[in-house]
Amino acid sequence: MTHLATQQSESVMSSNRELKIEDVIPVIDDIIAQKRGERGSLIPVLQSTQNLLGYLPKPILIHISEKLEIPYSEVAGVVTFYSFFSTTPRGKHTIRVCMGTACYVRGGKEVLAALSKELKIGVGETTEDGHFSLEVGRCFGACGLAPVVMVDEDVHQRVKESQIKHLLEPYLEERGEEDES
Amino acid sequence: MCKLTINGKQVNVSDNSTILEAAKSVGIKIPTLCYLEGLTPMGACRVCMVEVEGRATLVAACTTPVQEEMVIHTNSRKARESRKVVVELLLSEHEGDCQLCERSDDCELRQLALELGIREVRYQGEKPPAMLDTSSVALIRDSAKCIKCRRCVQVCSEVQRVGALSAQFRGYHTTIAPAFNDALESITCVQCGQCAAVCPVGAIIETSHIEFVLKALDNPQKHVVVQTAPAIRAALGECFGLPPGTLVTGKMVSALRELGFDAVFDTNFAADLTIMEEGTELLTRLRNHFILGQETRLPQFTSCSPGWINYAEHYFPEILDKISTCKSPQQMFGAMAKTYYAQKANVDPADMVVVSVMPCTAKKFEAVRPEMRSSGYQDVDYVLTTRELGDLIKMGGVDFIALPDGEMDSPLGLSTGAADIFANTGGVMEAALRTVHAVTTGRSLASEDLHIEALAGLEGVKTASVTLSGTVDAWSFLEGKEVKVAVAHGLGNAASVVEYIRDHPAEFQFIEVMTCPGGCIGGGGQPRFTTDAVRLARIGAIYQEDEGKPLRQSHDNPAIQQIYAEFLEKPLSHKSHELLHTTYAKKEKVTP
Repeated sequence: MTHLATQQSESVMSSNRELKIEDVIPVIDDIIAQKRGERGSLIPVLQSTQNLLGYLPKPILIHISEKLEIPYSEVAGVVTFYSFFSTTPRGKHTIRVCMGTACYVRGGKEVLAALSKELKIGVGETTEDGHFSLEVGRCFGACGLAPVVMVDEDVHQRVKESQIKHLLEPYLEERGEEDES
Repeated sequence: MCKLTINGKQVNVSDNSTILEAAKSVGIKIPTLCYLEGLTPMGACRVCMVEVEGRATLVAACTTPVQEEMVIHTNSRKARESRKVVVELLLSEHEGDCQLCERSDDCELRQLALELGIREVRYQGEKPPAMLDTSSVALIRDSAKCIKCRRCVQVCSEVQRVGALSAQFRGYHTTIAPAFNDALESITCVQCGQCAAVCPVGAIIETSHIEFVLKALDNPQKHVVVQTAPAIRAALGECFGLPPGTLVTGKMVSALRELGFDAVFDTNFAADLTIMEEGTELLTRLRNHFILGQETRLPQFTSCSPGWINYAEHYFPEILDKISTCKSPQQMFGAMAKTYYAQKANVDPADMVVVSVMPCTAKKFEAVRPEMRSSGYQDVDYVLTTRELGDLIKMGGVDFIALPDGEMDSPLGLSTGAADIFANTGGVMEAALRTVHAVTTGRSLASEDLHIEALAGLEGVKTASVTLSGTVDAWSFLEGKEVKVAVAHGLGNAASVVEYIRDHPAEFQFIEVMTCPGGCIGGGGQPRFTTDAVRLARIGAIYQEDEGKPLRQSHDNPAIQQIYAEFLEKPLSHKSHELLHTTYAKKEKVTP
């Protein structure tokens, strides 16, 4: 496994998953305060917010739009442009299968189909127990490792259909531990 | 200065010019589509591709700055073929029901295809999913016709600072729409229609009231009266091929008669009435301020422009108490038609249909506001844009150009020159100051032709001041006082003024805001295409109309004096408040 993201955002992500929207507004305002006035502040603010909440609820997007003084339509334009962003709650773990050209031709499509079959959900959906969400990505910049699957911040390289169960195991074990506690 | 060669011609232009501007300066036309004069070039449509010697690829003329010694070919085979491919690709995704499209007459895509000699589209395939959005009162969006040029996005965010529309989703699924492709009705849109005014195709149009109006005209039970806004007379001729700035007041009146309206009246009458009410309101606020030291509702903002009212309700609720409570002339007219005129003409207001002809799409929204029913009925029933009236006249088989000049009916058709200039930026302010000065000093404005030079022209924000001296007894507290005024057109400029007065609350006493660039003559419902040259031509016609009138101050209008004597009593009377004034309400800035 390779860690691409910083430790900080990961810890926020796992520890604050159950935060309520009104609780995070002050946190988001802090993030915005650091970025306000900077050109190109929207995407970092959206990323931090999604790391905090797991997804981007529309009321939060409206709040961000007003605070950054960027039209809501433009904020939504950015959110709908990047597959990384989601406006619906995600599962505890987000699985992203790269559908960039390199990954696609080296079996990414088959890996996606296998994951979809295994989890019994389609792209953009979340398993009934809220444990996994399935997404597609457009190139993670790791084409040499194709096909690539990201689970949260972990990058899994040269994934084969036959390895799917094995790949999901560590995340499922964690579910078992939670159930026991 | 920069020296370059375009199509073999030597060109000298300033260093910060684009290739497009350089070509234009020597009379070379490069076709464009997304480009809008005066705004930041986007380079979105790729129609203006030209060849630059030494460059591996073609470049977009609208966004590429000139360079010393550049050698450009705008008409090479490579450039022509590239443009053709771009336009063919646009056509391949465009829903081309050209025979039925309301833009068939002035569609810029069709015109481009013609100019580029495109006789077939070589690319056929799947069309992106489309949505017809009829949710809004004033505007219809048809994404099947949208070619994603983003002019509407630019005008909505850059000029109007509303930002209702933007590109949503990605790649093939990109659509120009409100956030998340939600319905227009569900988001904050001020309904100004500038998007419809700049759309090159039929993707954004006004909601048509033509059928409703025809139905009313066909019904012998209905007494159908029509009012025309001041800006119509300076633009309607364009629907019939006349050059911008041709005054067609008389022909317009005759055409409306031919169409079968029972009375042809003038919004101008109500504009004069507005000056009486709004001017008195300003003087009252000034009196409270100077004598009692307690009036905080200054500066007073004008209220004629419904897009501005929508904008203030959503974006600047803190100034709502400063906006004049006067209804717009359209709505004052409706209320007077269904009360005063109904009595005079002995018509049951239930059987009266009031039709407006407006340069505006937001007027369609204003007419159905719940506050606008003070006659006991909806005061204005239907609103046609200038374009719709043009269509209606054509549908009626009326030979507009050959019509003789007609006269407006009395009494709601009589007006002064002060009412005409409601059509252009600075005009409402000038009209108000003409009357305020005359009422407080007993003398007319001393300036030439009664104009206030500093308020004329297309500058986004204009300011002026008038010092009141030699005041009559009743207004002696204003002696020597300087009334400072500001004028803004385009909502982005209006926002700048509102932000400025937050820090300088006492600087101005009266502020005029018109939603559309140039004022109503540049409204979202005017004939296409409105450039600054067209705006200036229309404004010229309006001033000509004003200067040609024997009476040029609203309070001199005998029909206005009569309506106060017979019906309203005096400005700001109980009855005036009931019929001619309104209220505003704070709304969410972003309505999801």
